[in-house]
Amino acid sequence: MSLRQITVPLLALVLFGLFWEWLVWVNGWPNYKMASPSDLWPAFWKFRWLFLEYGWETLWRTVVGLLLSVIFGTLLGMVMGLSKTMRDALYPLLVGFNAIPKATVVPIIALMFVGQHDMNTILIAFLISFFPIAVSVSIGLSTLEPEYRDILASLGASRFTIFWKIALPKTLPEFFGALKVAVTLAFIGTNLMEIVEPHGRGLGHLFDSGKISADYPLMFAVLIALALMGIVLYYVVVALEKVFAGWAERSPT
Amino acid sequence: MTHLIDIKGVRHAYRTDSGPLPVLDGLELSVPEGGFAAVVGPSGCGKSTLTRLVAGLMKPDEGEVWLHGDLVKGPKSTVGMAFQNPVLLEWRTILQNVMLPLEIVSTGMTRKQQEDRARHLLDLVGLTGFEDKRPSELSGGMRQRASLCRSIVHKPEVLILDEPFGALDAFTREDLWQTMHKVKAEEPFTGVLITHDLRESIFLADQVIVLSGRPARTQYVMDVHLEGPRDIEMLYTPESAEALNVLRQQIRIAQGRDAA
Repeated sequence: MSLRQITVPLLALVLFGLFWEWLVWVNGWPNYKMASPSDLWPAFWKFRWLFLEYGWETLWRTVVGLLLSVIFGTLLGMVMGLSKTMRDALYPLLVGFNAIPKATVVPIIALMFVGQHDMNTILIAFLISFFPIAVSVSIGLSTLEPEYRDILASLGASRFTIFWKIALPKTLPEFFGALKVAVTLAFIGTNLMEIVEPHGRGLGHLFDSGKISADYPLMFAVLIALALMGIVLYYVVVALEKVFAGWAERSPT
Repeated sequence: MTHLIDIKGVRHAYRTDSGPLPVLDGLELSVPEGGFAAVVGPSGCGKSTLTRLVAGLMKPDEGEVWLHGDLVKGPKSTVGMAFQNPVLLEWRTILQNVMLPLEIVSTGMTRKQQEDRARHLLDLVGLTGFEDKRPSELSGGMRQRASLCRSIVHKPEVLILDEPFGALDAFTREDLWQTMHKVKAEEPFTGVLITHDLRESIFLADQVIVLSGRPARTQYVMDVHLEGPRDIEMLYTPESAEALNVLRQQIRIAQGRDAA
């Protein structure tokens, strides 16, 4: 990574922060209307241990939910991608499930497994994020050109060999595209549950505490913390993509 | 005379939503060992179905396909295939792509021998220095050369070429025809070439089979006896012009534009 690739986004962040500060200052907004970046530092500092503790809570639950999504979504995508019958059978079910706003599922799950915070949160993160993975894997597999299959099938290769050597690696770019969407969704899922569930933990709970105690800078600070974690996780996915599907990126010529 | 490829009375229909669609109806084709047959015919007449039958990727409704005295019942590792689309795997280097069949077919070669063979073939088609490049870094003609290497790396008895040069520009195509002769001289195989290009068929093959329109049957067989070294000039001799003329008439008949 070149220096330019780091300095340009950092500079953009700083400029954005300055613009935000200026906007609040020039309009004379009180911090309950719109907190400014200079209000956020004290909030961060005051609750720094809670931010660390809850941030970790949110992060690991999101990552575990996401891993479940990857496993289940890939398996489901494989089943739908390799069998037309299964695709016809499962698609409407899947689309219908995805169309349900997850905010309505949150209280149901919370009631179903009362008190099991970790499991509830992971479950919602998983439920909200497996759909794009399943769909992209299934599309990647079902749109494999027959010639790709034939070059190995004509040599007597098994279905599994064809899947392992050709279909799976060929689907990786689509898979990572979906994973980038899923990362963000998983964060939304985690926080939905953390906010709704009483006596919860995690950054969502900290946001809720800020709301209850009318600590507006704290609420904004939580949002910024979530954004930062989202950025970090997103770029972890980008790094993985470079390693496993870097071949799909064409050099600009 | 024993034939390495023998197709006898093959009939086949695809089942579609609007009833059976017959594609092959009385296909006969015999290629002796070391022979090279070109199959030409109107588009959509079932030429690609023919390649899938020979490769054992599908079974005909009726009739038999024999390879080297064995009835074809399924895919065999003694067959190599190349298509119009070079279907190289983008995540592998050119060398790894060429070596792909050796991961499926057991040849008794050591890893070192496999790699040497792949490098030798790439050298033969003029891709020296591109072994470690990705397919996306190569031109269309170069990709097709690599695809050709992959189709013969496991020393198949039968090479099936399904319009491998169809998507290339005219000059690249002629270069590849020459390469094909070079490869055939060093790596003996029995070939079936599907093509739309009559000049290509007489330049490469020693037997040209014209299929009728769908459902296809063998309409006409021409033995090609072109004298002299195979270079492009050979296509401009009176004999070649005569052969091309006969084939063109046959194609016209196959398309149904002329009374037979």
